[in-house]
Amino acid sequence: MYKSLADAIRDAEAKQISLAQLALETEAADQGRTVDDIRAALQRALDVMRGAVAQGMVGDLYSASGLVGGDAAKLRIGPAGPMSGTPFRDILARALAVQEVNAAMGVIVAAPTAGGAGVLPAILTGLAEARKIPDEALVSALAVAGLIGAVIAERASLSGAEGGCQAETGAAAAMAAGAATEMLGGTPSQVGHATALAMQGTLGLVCDPLGGLVELPCVFRNATGSAIALTGIELAMAGVEFKIPVDEVIDVMGEIGRTMDVRYRETAGGGLAATPTGRRLAKERLVQIKRG
Amino acid sequence: MVSLLDIIGPVMVGPSSSHTAGACRLGLLARCLVGGTPERARIELHGSFARTGEGHGTDKAIVGGLMGFRPDDERLRTALEISEREGLAYRFEKTTLADDAHPNTVRLTLERGDRSAVMTGSSLGAGRVLVTEIDGYPVEVTGNLHTIVLVAEDVKGSVARIATILSEHGLNIATLRLTRKARGGDAFMVIEIDEEPTEEIRDAIRDLPWVRWAFRLDKVSA
Repeated sequence: MYKSLADAIRDAEAKQISLAQLALETEAADQGRTVDDIRAALQRALDVMRGAVAQGMVGDLYSASGLVGGDAAKLRIGPAGPMSGTPFRDILARALAVQEVNAAMGVIVAAPTAGGAGVLPAILTGLAEARKIPDEALVSALAVAGLIGAVIAERASLSGAEGGCQAETGAAAAMAAGAATEMLGGTPSQVGHATALAMQGTLGLVCDPLGGLVELPCVFRNATGSAIALTGIELAMAGVEFKIPVDEVIDVMGEIGRTMDVRYRETAGGGLAATPTGRRLAKERLVQIKRG
Repeated sequence: MVSLLDIIGPVMVGPSSSHTAGACRLGLLARCLVGGTPERARIELHGSFARTGEGHGTDKAIVGGLMGFRPDDERLRTALEISEREGLAYRFEKTTLADDAHPNTVRLTLERGDRSAVMTGSSLGAGRVLVTEIDGYPVEVTGNLHTIVLVAEDVKGSVARIATILSEHGLNIATLRLTRKARGGDAFMVIEIDEEPTEEIRDAIRDLPWVRWAFRLDKVSA
């Protein structure tokens, strides 16, 4: 797979094909599989994503600790806000839904990781439903997301323990922004800008979950990550360009991650986890988990 | 090489791809070294695995992996209870391995019948894993392909003989790595293969007079 998004964009433009097609052909060559075979695997991932959204939307799922759960349903049936009835509110609900399933040890697609698994399904299935986009285009979008994620894995990291939350929900937002931009008709160059615009908005984001559990704030970081992804999509589709090249934005995310204090890398030693309430809740809830 | 399907995947039981799915895969690889579900397992957790493993279900995932459950198996949720019925006695310990060890690292000491093995591996994120040491030999096993690991006396032509056995069975070698602790000392080979090797092939390798032991490691990636 590509190690530079700029290289991928250049090759897609030269061949006059979509980034999805380029990613699928590259993966097929790398793995000795057919494009159809890879599309079928991505379709299965899409089906699991949809299942997790549907399961989480019901609102009866709570994590073993009880720290998170039931909030996706509030967005579905709770009081109205300024974004009621828009894809924005629906996308936030979907992001929470998938993460609530994850926290309850349900089945999800780690894309790129379990902690950031809500953003991509929320953005892609939410926009697809609003715009009546067929599954074929969603599968192509997942290929673009995979391409962007592979570049981030090569140049930076996709692990909160290595790079903080910027490497998980930040990477997810960048992948979703780029993928949705092509799905909605954006050019490869616009995909690059959408990816960079989303990623710049999460640079420095720490991984600070209470008790080290993928619950709080992870569930909500997937909602805010989705909002950042939508920002990247909206700006890039309008022709806004980000002047730092996307590969350099990814590189600096990796550098920030490597130099980030260990307290902010999934160790529950800093950030929200280390607040007085964060410590108290974690202590109470971990005792609860041990009791079963 | 990073695969697109590793990024859009795995399909897994939550909550953490590194602490749950990756941990499960390390368990799956380790069980192959003793040829099945171990009877005893000492599980030493390092770094973030030690600090936050319990809440992430790392304990359930490793034990589930040792019993052969894959990362998308919903039985992982109750793996600790199931292990009692399966006859797997496990013991968790918190440890500090080398300073440069990856933050999500586990050392597994397993026993099954007269077999025992010690494996150290790390969960790199997004469910990807890397086994770094087996029985004291430094290795690099990703579980992305079918793998044969073996220890042999350092005899001339050993690589050629094994390559011949594999090619006679129609298997294509993807990578082959040879490590020695000292010149003339035992050689440790890690062979990654595109196709799944049968028990018969492993036995053919194991029957070579200069091979001390050989195991197949399952492909554990999606």
